[in-house]
Amino acid sequence: MATASLRVHRRRTGERIIKGALLACGVVSIATTVGIILSLAFETVEFFREVGFAEYFTGTRWAPTFKPASFGVLPLVSATFLIAAIAVAVATPVGLGAAIYLSEYARPRTRKIVKPILEILAGIPTVVFGYFALLLITPELLQPIVPGTRVFNALSAGIVVGIAIVPLVASISEDAMRAVPQSLREAAYGMGATKRTVAMKVVVPAALSGISAAVILGLSRAIGETMIVTIAAGQIPTLSADPRLPMETMTAFIVQISLGDTPAGSIAYKTIFALGSTLFVITLGLNLISSRIVRRFRERYE
Amino acid sequence: MTSAVEAIRTPLATGKSAERSLKSLVFALTLMLCLLVGLLALLTLLFDVFRDGAGRLSWDFVNSFDSRRSERAGIKPAFVGSLWLMGFVAVISFPLGVGAATYLEEFAPKNRFTRFIELNIANLAAVPSVIYGLLGLAVFVRFMHLGRNIVAGALTLVLLILPIIIVAAREAIRAVPPSIREGSLAVGATLWQTTRHQTLPAAMPGILTGMILALSRAIGEAAPLITMGALTYLSFTPGPFDQFTALPLQIFNWISRPQTGYHEAAAAGIILLLIVLLAMNAAAVILRNRFEKRW
Repeated sequence: MATASLRVHRRRTGERIIKGALLACGVVSIATTVGIILSLAFETVEFFREVGFAEYFTGTRWAPTFKPASFGVLPLVSATFLIAAIAVAVATPVGLGAAIYLSEYARPRTRKIVKPILEILAGIPTVVFGYFALLLITPELLQPIVPGTRVFNALSAGIVVGIAIVPLVASISEDAMRAVPQSLREAAYGMGATKRTVAMKVVVPAALSGISAAVILGLSRAIGETMIVTIAAGQIPTLSADPRLPMETMTAFIVQISLGDTPAGSIAYKTIFALGSTLFVITLGLNLISSRIVRRFRERYE
Repeated sequence: MTSAVEAIRTPLATGKSAERSLKSLVFALTLMLCLLVGLLALLTLLFDVFRDGAGRLSWDFVNSFDSRRSERAGIKPAFVGSLWLMGFVAVISFPLGVGAATYLEEFAPKNRFTRFIELNIANLAAVPSVIYGLLGLAVFVRFMHLGRNIVAGALTLVLLILPIIIVAAREAIRAVPPSIREGSLAVGATLWQTTRHQTLPAAMPGILTGMILALSRAIGEAAPLITMGALTYLSFTPGPFDQFTALPLQIFNWISRPQTGYHEAAAAGIILLLIVLLAMNAAAVILRNRFEKRW
């Protein structure tokens, strides 16, 4: 009797240790977030000891490594948003069209064949897309069609980032459309609606929150995209809305500085962390908006 | 009489005639075109890369160092660097990812702290990869003084892909039917014994599939490694505690040079990277098809 109860007890202690170890694995993710926030915040505070808020957020000249140095982030932010806007303009119609086709038109067998295209596209490394943008899209597609396009330009970077985020936009939109209850479609068919009417007037409006969440997440991904824009858009900070010009995004500047030797404590080192914070805040904001929209949409249908 | 019947019948018909109207057909074709854009981009990209790089791909290319003469540039240090990275990433991320997934699926109480961990993982999955590079630079390279070596690079990539592994492993564990757990618990096994001997083995094919897919994301990442201080040029074969480069970094370096000879080397490097990715994905598909049980 006594030994039996002892064994149970010992087992439970072991059980508790294991549970603790597993919990520790889960806590690694929280440590990661804390690590990101602390490391970004620490150097960012250091950065703003040397550079004024007003200069950083409203300055129009970005030249941290020149003398005299200048820390106006607007050229980087505007380039980032210009390229992300082009990307979203490409990815939204293409991704949405693909999603409607997969969700409403494709038979299960066709779906099985067609869907992997998007999965393969999603698995292509971004340096490969960069190669595609710089050495194929720019010289063989854009330069013949759009006069004045430079070797490095925002347009090809934006288009190719757009292609890269199509799978993301398509798969989240498709999930949203498949979550629309079948009864809504059947009601519309019952009144004699065609597939096109059902797709555009019933399914898309019903899935609109999920679709907008997909587009916002795509925008966030495009803003954080690094290698494609570094390779294809160049490394010249430009405050302009002309997508034919070379531009430098926030992520491209981080790469540019990281390629050189940056001693800790130098202003260049602090600068990439300040840019990292800016990027983190923007993308986190977009991600939170997107997940909030998704949650609201789920509550309505499940 | 007949006209009245016709009037009623025509708009209803079988619905097929309206389905075949010009507008509907154009709409359906446009949707297909959207998918075709994806396919076309993929095919053009592959065609372009193979046209530029297939001629450069050889054993010499895989087995020699970068060179000042573009036609002799090889990818050995980057290839070895990527292999080391993947080895370390796999060994470190597997227990962490599966442990966290097991905790969340099997052990975690349904409280606010658990929900916080879940929300946190979802948010981490959407953090730009370049930020993980800054994290690696600040924590592993500077704070822990690991230096800019393969171990620090691998740890950075581990944090990057951990959310992907956790999500995949959770799905695999959730797919194991409750009856299996209940059977084990009913004969007196503890929760950990049940997890260790029943749930995890049953979920393992799904977990490994997710693991391989996460690794294939990690092997293509360049931005976090550049940011944490990896090199894009290396003239020796790296070991775990050496400075290093990796396949996507060497490819980036070659793309950035102006000579077309290096662009061909970059294309050849891309083909090599795509072959590695293809092999990993094939392994994942085989695992899924051969070992995954349908309950």
